[in-house]
Amino acid sequence: MSTTHDFQLHRDAFGKLIFTGSDGEAHEALPVRAFPIGAPDKGIALVDPHGHELAWIDALADLDAERRQLVESELASREFMPVIERIIEVSSYATPSTWTIVTNRGETKLILKGEEDIRRLAAQALLIADSNGIQYLIRDRGALDAHSRKILDRFL
Amino acid sequence: MTQSPATPPALQPILPTSSQIPLPEAWQPVVEAQLVKEEKVLAWLEIDLNTSLHFGKGLIVLTDRRLLARTGDTPEWQSQPLREGLRLTRRDHAGVGSLELFDATGRLAHWRYTLGQDVAAGRLIDHVNRQLDFVVTGVAPTPPAQAVCPKCETPLLAGQDECPVCSKEELTPPSTWTLFRLWRFARPYRWQLLAGFLLSLATTAATLVPPYMTMPLMDKVLIPYQNGKPIDTGLVTLYLSGLLGAALLAWVLGWARTYILALVSERIGRDLRTTTYEHLLKLSQEYFGGKRTGDLMARIGSETDRINIFISLHFLDFATDVLMISMTTLILVSINPWLALVTLLPLPIIAFLIHTVRERLRTGFEKVDRIWAEVTNVLADTIPGIRVVKAFAQESREAARFRAANQHNLEVNDKVNKVWSLFGPTVTLLTEVGLLIIWGFGIWQISRNDISVGVLTAFLAYIGRFYTRLDSMSRIVSVTQKAAAGAKRIFDILDHVSSVPEPATPVHLPAVAGRIELRNVGFRYGTRSVTRDISLTIEPGEMVGLVGHSGSGKSTMVNLICRFYDVSEGAILIDGVDIRSVPVAEYRKNIGLVLQEPFLFFGTIAENIAYGKPDATREEIVAAARAAHAHEFILRLPHGYDSLVGERGQALSGGERQRISIARALLIDPKILILDEATSSVDTTTEKEIQKALDNLVRGRTTIAIAHRLSTLREANRLVVLDRGSVVEVGNHEELMAQEGHYYRLYQAQARNVDTEGGSDLEAGGEDDKGDRE
Repeated sequence: MSTTHDFQLHRDAFGKLIFTGSDGEAHEALPVRAFPIGAPDKGIALVDPHGHELAWIDALADLDAERRQLVESELASREFMPVIERIIEVSSYATPSTWTIVTNRGETKLILKGEEDIRRLAAQALLIADSNGIQYLIRDRGALDAHSRKILDRFL
Repeated sequence: MTQSPATPPALQPILPTSSQIPLPEAWQPVVEAQLVKEEKVLAWLEIDLNTSLHFGKGLIVLTDRRLLARTGDTPEWQSQPLREGLRLTRRDHAGVGSLELFDATGRLAHWRYTLGQDVAAGRLIDHVNRQLDFVVTGVAPTPPAQAVCPKCETPLLAGQDECPVCSKEELTPPSTWTLFRLWRFARPYRWQLLAGFLLSLATTAATLVPPYMTMPLMDKVLIPYQNGKPIDTGLVTLYLSGLLGAALLAWVLGWARTYILALVSERIGRDLRTTTYEHLLKLSQEYFGGKRTGDLMARIGSETDRINIFISLHFLDFATDVLMISMTTLILVSINPWLALVTLLPLPIIAFLIHTVRERLRTGFEKVDRIWAEVTNVLADTIPGIRVVKAFAQESREAARFRAANQHNLEVNDKVNKVWSLFGPTVTLLTEVGLLIIWGFGIWQISRNDISVGVLTAFLAYIGRFYTRLDSMSRIVSVTQKAAAGAKRIFDILDHVSSVPEPATPVHLPAVAGRIELRNVGFRYGTRSVTRDISLTIEPGEMVGLVGHSGSGKSTMVNLICRFYDVSEGAILIDGVDIRSVPVAEYRKNIGLVLQEPFLFFGTIAENIAYGKPDATREEIVAAARAAHAHEFILRLPHGYDSLVGERGQALSGGERQRISIARALLIDPKILILDEATSSVDTTTEKEIQKALDNLVRGRTTIAIAHRLSTLREANRLVVLDRGSVVEVGNHEELMAQEGHYYRLYQAQARNVDTEGGSDLEAGGEDDKGDRE
């Protein structure tokens, strides 16, 4: 795909991101990360509401500041993957278990339905899906405090 | 967004449509402070995210005149008076729902929540729309006629007291006293277990006799002999025959005990396995989708075995040990209290040791189990996919994966063994130290003439056995932990309530006509909203084709109609009865399903055809096979209807397998027939033959067919076009073509495809879609 990015972006009064391509046609656009976990800043597609690809951005850095800000703000408003910083307590070591956790987005509770909802990512990273399907990320379980690590260890 | 209090609209009456759910107590004073005189709260939604997606409680309140909202970040309230043009919508993405408020000029506000509140958000929108309608038109909306759940306002079904949505989300963890729950399986054998226990007790008592006899042997025979008296032969014979008798008794009792307990153990194991498997089969497809085969196999296989050995052997051994220790203590105290006290001194230390090691071992063993399942999973993944592995020459990669899982297993085991291996020797060391103390204290007491040599000998003999029992008791720690870990994993299955529950008060359908009605059906899989607000009525005998891109929700709709999953919102009715109030098996008897990839079980062709009706006569089987155009090719096989198929069986082509599965569906004579891409995995010539078979099948039945090749749906009375989870068009081929909408575009796309591929007709198109099963 081209890296010139000859398209225009702006936000309309309805809060939607509007894409205007080189052909002058305007579409509502949504940015989607191709590798949200593996390489979040590489490979971002702009798709229309029907899921058709409008443009492909190899890396966010390729965009000029204005468009990048628009894409980033739109992504930020849609992305929700709290990073677990601390596990305060768990209701039981048997699942389903309710965890009280501190994330980068504040303190909350999650319900873990089964150990298989904890997905091992590369190296020390874990992805935990709660009963509502929200994905919680642990970037490096070695970096958690001892108490959290001990709790987590019981589920791995 | 306006911050001033709303100007009340001209119309003031309060509607009977308000939500029955009172505000949470914490919010009540805060909300009341916001309300103006006579303003009434109609509905509310507590949101748990703020606009920048941080966790924080907020509230959206609908009153009779405006919409009030507060997010977690500010204590200020936003207010929007209800007026014409206002629109509240919701959408969700990656586990987060958004509520957005628009008017004609743009977006006024948006709120975020996690999907747990999605249903409640839907209700809020309903309330807002009703109230908006009322404010704008002044016409009172009709209140919902159906009974609703007081907690979430989901419509309740006839004969249903508990809300299926609310009860489904109850997620209580199983108790830590998991092992006691095994009593349910031990109960039928309680008399045998009691007999085993009494026998153990008697065996133990018999083994306690010999050390007691060493006392008179020493004091009355050996010591007097050393002091010059002759040996009393009669006394010696008496004591020795006593020893022999005790040993023989212990032998007989021990044999009886072991035999009885082995019998019971096997029976408990059998019951546990069967119950778990039967429960597993009843669970919905959702459960199987999330579990790995290897893991489930390990649970039903090895875990149950471990548990039954625990119940019947280790647990009883432990109880006997405790009794033996109490009995020994009694005997020792009766002989000499002081020596007994010293003898028992190391006991608390050992008990403490056992306790400290317990925790570490238990977590360790739980880990070992999980890792073991991991190892099995690698096998279960690779062996069925062996063709792919070989085709891409990835044997070494798969070997490495297995090696890594094994290595992981080894590391975890090494860690556990480090603790475990220290345990046994420590107990032995303590035994030796205990003996040393008795020797020292005993010699001192003998020197003071407090006790005789015989008493010390008896104590040493007892304590030898005593500590042996402690040693075996220490082993109970590991087996208990292993069994508890296993029991937990078994109860994980047994506690899992099917997400397709049997109705509490079932409604029986005597004869099914086959009228299917979908009412505002919505379904969510994880965070993804797959279908939304589908309403459709299919008349008896009608054939309906489902059309749409892959991912448009066709297969989901079929899964919902089959009740493999339950709807998240709305209801599906058969002949006017909600399918959730019909017993699952009874309902599915009315459905014939032909899938894209027919699954044949290992067995004869006749058995496979008769799978849904095992008591079918040979004539019925042949008639079904004839109607399915399978009769002739079956006769060409060397063993005809008795040919073995399935894994390890006769190789059949895709079209032949499909026709067997059609015969299978024909045999049960269902009122409703579902064809899920029944012809897409075969070539055009075979498809024509299958189509002939299908024509026989479809006759007189309500049929729902999914097909990528639109041409195969020409027979359909109506085509339902789905797009991104919603019905977008309904009509027959000609009508839909005339509309030039979604269907027209789909049809054109396939026709174009054929042109570019140089094919002659439509049937050849859509080949690229054949692997697609959504």
